[in-house]
Amino acid sequence: MEMDITLTVNGERIAERVEARQSLVDFVRDDLGLTGSHIGCEHGVCGACTMRVDGEIVRGCLMLAVQCDGSVVETIEGLSDSGELADLQAAFEQRNALQCGYCTPGMLTAAQELLKAGTVPSREEIREHISGNYCRCTGYHAIVDAIESVAKARMGAGT
Amino acid sequence: MKITADTPSALTALDRPNSYIGRAVPRPNLQRLMQGRGQYVSDVTLPRMTHVAFLRSPHAHARIVSINTEAAKKSPGVVAVVTGAELAKVMTPWVGVLTHLKGIKSAPQYPIAVDRACWQGEAVCAVVARTRAQAEDACELIDIVYEELPAVTDPETALDPATPVIHEALDDNLCFERKLDVGDVDKAFANSDAVVEATFVCGRHTGVCTEGRAIIADWNASEQRMTVYQATQAPHMMQDLFAKHLDIEAGQVRVLTKDVGGSFGIKVHTYADEMATVALSKLLKRPVKFVADRIESFVTDIHARDHRIKGKIGVTKDGVITAFEIDDLTGIGPYSVYPRTSGIEANQVVNLTGGPYNCPNYRAQARVVFQNKNVMCQYRAVGHPIAVAVTEGLVELAAAKIGMDPLEIRRRNLFADDSYPAQTASGLKLELLSHHAALAQLDTMINYAGLRTEQKALREKGIYRGIGFASFIEVTNPSAAFYGVGGARITSQDGATVKLDAQGAITIHSGVTEQGQGAEAVLAQCVASSFGVSMDRVRVVTGDTDNTPYGGGTWASRAAGIGGEAAWQAGKALRGNVLAVAGAMLQAKPDELDIRDGLVVDKVTGAERLTLAELARVAYFRPDTLPPGFQAELMATRHYVPRAWPFAFTNGIQASYLEVDTDTGFVKLLRHWCVEDCGTIINPQLVNEQIRGGVVQGIGAVLFEQCLYDERGQMLNGNMADYLVPMAVEMPDIDCGHVVSPTADSELGAKGAGEAGTAGAPACIMNAINDALRPLGATPLTDMPFTPGKILKALGKV
Repeated sequence: MEMDITLTVNGERIAERVEARQSLVDFVRDDLGLTGSHIGCEHGVCGACTMRVDGEIVRGCLMLAVQCDGSVVETIEGLSDSGELADLQAAFEQRNALQCGYCTPGMLTAAQELLKAGTVPSREEIREHISGNYCRCTGYHAIVDAIESVAKARMGAGT
Repeated sequence: MKITADTPSALTALDRPNSYIGRAVPRPNLQRLMQGRGQYVSDVTLPRMTHVAFLRSPHAHARIVSINTEAAKKSPGVVAVVTGAELAKVMTPWVGVLTHLKGIKSAPQYPIAVDRACWQGEAVCAVVARTRAQAEDACELIDIVYEELPAVTDPETALDPATPVIHEALDDNLCFERKLDVGDVDKAFANSDAVVEATFVCGRHTGVCTEGRAIIADWNASEQRMTVYQATQAPHMMQDLFAKHLDIEAGQVRVLTKDVGGSFGIKVHTYADEMATVALSKLLKRPVKFVADRIESFVTDIHARDHRIKGKIGVTKDGVITAFEIDDLTGIGPYSVYPRTSGIEANQVVNLTGGPYNCPNYRAQARVVFQNKNVMCQYRAVGHPIAVAVTEGLVELAAAKIGMDPLEIRRRNLFADDSYPAQTASGLKLELLSHHAALAQLDTMINYAGLRTEQKALREKGIYRGIGFASFIEVTNPSAAFYGVGGARITSQDGATVKLDAQGAITIHSGVTEQGQGAEAVLAQCVASSFGVSMDRVRVVTGDTDNTPYGGGTWASRAAGIGGEAAWQAGKALRGNVLAVAGAMLQAKPDELDIRDGLVVDKVTGAERLTLAELARVAYFRPDTLPPGFQAELMATRHYVPRAWPFAFTNGIQASYLEVDTDTGFVKLLRHWCVEDCGTIINPQLVNEQIRGGVVQGIGAVLFEQCLYDERGQMLNGNMADYLVPMAVEMPDIDCGHVVSPTADSELGAKGAGEAGTAGAPACIMNAINDALRPLGATPLTDMPFTPGKILKALGKV
């Protein structure tokens, strides 16, 4: 079964005909060519497909494209081009908080949600928040360091 | 470090302004990955590309009676439905054996099962369609009649006469066996004051790379050329194997590897479904893409570590270790994996057990048996976590038995730091290690005395914390002794080609590959330093068999130590060539000039003589102005292979501090430390992150991860909800320390650092858990992973 959907992706108005069974992450990757959202487990555990729908982060593999009819979708490409993640990306680069980089778009998107709360979270709170995002490479220590440094910098507390 | 300038210089190669050796500079390729602009194979789309889905055996062992593909062929979007018998006409089978593993045997393996499926998950039929979804839809329409056969699943009974033989032509289920008997083990045990025996179990687990295995094969019949985009660690090895089994020339195959979403040894093997994808492209004359989904990854990515080891140690009352003895049994699935074989892990367990200790008496037996489960093969820190768990588990059990502090017993037995070169009882040649310096640093770093005081005080309040250690040695920078001598076409040498472009910038092409370790940063650091430019003037190209020197890729912690040395030497060679051009242009002697920070300068005064851009302009566009007979050579290639030592062994020691909840059996990791010695440190940040990532992979093994099978060979937890991996909240902060003992085999002196964390963490945490529970009289835990249930059982609470 196919359906017509209209939505905004990274600020761009999109009208497409999609299969009802198609997941959101397959839609943005295969139909829109936005390959920065990655597929890791397709059952909502690893967080590699984390993206933003109507301001909230979601698992792109647990949502259907047709559920996003009328929604505003933001992927790593849009969040990067707008500069919203620039300080976080700089911190990840300086701290080598990524290795293979496959989990990183999802990790950054999840971290940004925590940082938007406007407080400086503890290391434990950071660890708790990103525990829906699986990273096999880093062991997480560097990721926690990078997020913590950005939280402090944004609050003017310095790093 | 014995780095020398190629010509006498006022400044050494390490203190020019562009010297990056030992500096924590960021990796050059990270913004691409962070902005979602990486190019993983799963992101690549080609014109006329099709997708393959595999129908996989639901049985661990079954004869394929018939395959009816008629309905599937009529399904929308389907291009072809291909059986194993049909694909066997396109690609030849392979056998995973090596001559230096004496007696190892295996059976021919085909891209798709022919007649018989030997594990649950083995591909039995392929559907190629316009989309993956259409291919999967059609898979559901294939009608296969199976005759289920008895499944051999328990390694303990695999060799019993009553157990069916999986491959009749092999006569039995024994893949490989190794025995070793050094010194006088029986006499040593007889003369010991205490002998401790324990049986250790390492749970079968797997890599769980975030990106599944991925490949696109594109046979261009008009060029008679196969282009393969593959997430692999070893492009040249795969080029060779694809060519061999398609019966074409290696030059007809190009393997391209860009970004890879994690590897850890998972992506350095030959997988039947990837070989099938290549064969299907040849058959269909168009691009075919395969990306393993998560369920497929769990039942087809190599598993590892499924070992049962009976261990025995003897000690005197003074804590002198008199002997080690082990009996290792491992089940590796129905085939030895090609081309590295599935005998290497057991072989490594035999080699590495007892490795840190100066103990002359050692007896070992290892048996590797076939079974009807997914294949096992080499995964990060091959064999190390098992050998270290057995060795360090026995050492701490022995220390407890004679009432000696666990660090003290190590001090009394570790090879002395001034005893090198040395040789282990198993015959490993050790160039230069630093066990005692590392232990001393760790002792201070963790405030050991303070931790013991805190532990004691908390015990009185009913809080049970444990402190555990693990000393280890680690195989890095393998020479041809690892695979080449056994007949495998796996190269241990590596090459680097460095060229000056027409604007004076540098490009390096290297045979090593990048899967996130930071190999490209290390290559750029080495070339920038030895040539004389800032890193932002260096571009790195890897992962393309058409455009890089022949090399082994990235595995066994070889990229920095071997690839880095080749890059260092190539940079030096190009520097000499460029100074020759500069000398000709400036009518100066080349050895009176230097290249610093991208400028040709006077060696003594440092005064600028020429920019590289001007030099390149003249050499490329106005060579007519150069002296007659002078030819500028602005590209240089160098290769490197370790020759003096079979392996560059490294060493280290880890410590864990944790708390066990004796009511729930949960373990909370409070802190983890690792002091290691990887020789010259090219980039301290990258080394530390290799250690940290490796430690957490080891933590997964010791606390969470296990591929659970039932007695019929069905994997029970092949998804990420049931197979637990370490997530951030359970992980501790990890502190790293270093001792530096460079290898004299290379000018840089760098050894590898990729295995150390994974090698030591399981033993270290096992020892800490047992340390925490010892006052409660708990049975020592030696059966990984240590789930809450096992801990409560050890405490006698369930």
